[in-house]
Amino acid sequence: MTATLETIGLSRQFGALVVANNIGFRLEAGARHALIGPNGAGKTTLVNLITGRLTPSAGRILLNGADITALRQDQRVRRGLVRTFQINTLFKGLSVLENVCLGMAEHAGAGGRMFRFVGARRAVVQQAFALLERLGIAGDAGRLVRELPYGRQRLVEIAIALGLDPSVLLLDEPAAGVPAAENRIILDVIAQLPASVAVLIIEHDMELVFRFAQRITVLVQGAILTEGTPAEIAADARVREVYLGERQHG
Amino acid sequence: MAGASPVQQLIRAHRLRLIELLPWLLAVLGYFGFGDYLPLGSQILIMILFALSLDLVLGYAGIVTLGHAAFFGVGAYAAGIYSVHVSGEPLSGLLVGALAAAVVGLASGAVILRTSGLTLLMLTLAVTSLLSAAANDAGFITGGNDGLQGVAINPILGAFSFGLFGRTAYLYCLAVLFVAWLFVRRLAHSPFGRSLAGIRENAVRMHAIGAPVRRRLLTVYTISAAIAGVAGALLTQTTQFVGLTVLSFERSGAIVIMLVLGGAGRLYGAFVGATLYMIAQDQLAEMDPVFWDFWIGLMLVLIVLFARGGILGLTDRILRLIRRRRR
Repeated sequence: MTATLETIGLSRQFGALVVANNIGFRLEAGARHALIGPNGAGKTTLVNLITGRLTPSAGRILLNGADITALRQDQRVRRGLVRTFQINTLFKGLSVLENVCLGMAEHAGAGGRMFRFVGARRAVVQQAFALLERLGIAGDAGRLVRELPYGRQRLVEIAIALGLDPSVLLLDEPAAGVPAAENRIILDVIAQLPASVAVLIIEHDMELVFRFAQRITVLVQGAILTEGTPAEIAADARVREVYLGERQHG
Repeated sequence: MAGASPVQQLIRAHRLRLIELLPWLLAVLGYFGFGDYLPLGSQILIMILFALSLDLVLGYAGIVTLGHAAFFGVGAYAAGIYSVHVSGEPLSGLLVGALAAAVVGLASGAVILRTSGLTLLMLTLAVTSLLSAAANDAGFITGGNDGLQGVAINPILGAFSFGLFGRTAYLYCLAVLFVAWLFVRRLAHSPFGRSLAGIRENAVRMHAIGAPVRRRLLTVYTISAAIAGVAGALLTQTTQFVGLTVLSFERSGAIVIMLVLGGAGRLYGAFVGATLYMIAQDQLAEMDPVFWDFWIGLMLVLIVLFARGGILGLTDRILRLIRRRRR
């Protein structure tokens, strides 16, 4: 069986600094997979390589068996490879509804249309609103993103990604910076993602990881240390040493 | 907000509001009211058109440029040279100005839009300097420092000749501006226009939602250049002269000031800013021929410090305050 997403010998160096070292990673169809590792392990770098924000120094990336290493970011997105950002990366001066609509228009291939009004695609706008309802933020649809509290903005971050109808979704610390009280809402949203979507979540919060993931990959200093089921990872002495040691420091 | 749901608001965003007809009403009244000032009126309309083209690039797409005179100048020279050497027919002259400017916009944009921020700003400046130096040097066709002489424009559609009092010129500029406004307004409310706003707000996320960011920027840069070229061509045709100042840094700077004064990224900032600037310049220069720049500068400092979003931004805020009071 081919993986939905696969990297083969993926590497990236900045001068002498190796931030991704020969990474061979597989994400199966419909997977619930977590990527963990101490700060600076190269988790976000890996996401940037997979999505095309960074160009690899060596190696290949396959999406549904097709080589996408040479494709631009936007071309990968149109093939269903979608990400969210660790730090909110939103259209702050636009309304919540329009944040989602922009993505949906691109997904429908209508983002470059010049001689049609946005409102003429009534169905798109209504679909976007329905998505906001599903995430429980429809009440904020008309507000500017910059007026929302950070936790709500995190949900917009996810809403934009879901509006792109991904087949692979990379969630970069979706709950980062969210007050503990609002954490639940985001966890629930993630738990309710459609089973057809393969999800890779990068996360520091071990409780979230062990609740969510069927498989866990541990990244240390740009290389994969080990991979396994949550039980295997929890029992792995090396993971404990690297991970818990780091946590006590930090 | 008046109770309309966000969905309805977005769907109806492009509908024409009554207030949008106000500038046109004023422009028509101006035709009867300007009197001896009618040529100034034409100048204002031309600068509004130029500022409108800049709004697409700076206000909507967020490309900060100090070199938009490049396209104004190329349009002005192209229309002038066309009238001297090919034909004095005005409408085809506008088209030639637009095309020439679009070509320069496309070619320069393909190179400089790979950069951003300060680098891009410097490159927009550099492109204009290059063109200005070239126009100065190529005196055999541009007239160099003396300017292009012998521009003669035929009657519009063979019927309306450019008279002494500038009545035809004013209506001609008004008609061209109106068509351009219809076009730009349509663009601003299209998915393409909104995606430009997306790029302005966050280019990183635009990449991540699958938008070909660089192609969009190049497209709008080219369209904007063409419109600026039409504005330049209009100046040539209504003044029957082209001088090196069409490519000057001052012109690039002044048009940014006009747009910021009125309010960038809101379509009508160009109308408010250019009108105010041109009238203020005319009046202040009469009162104080040496020092008028100072007052324009002071006005800009106050706007930038206390009214981000320009005069229209300020008006918005005041209206919102009043509405809140009433509740």
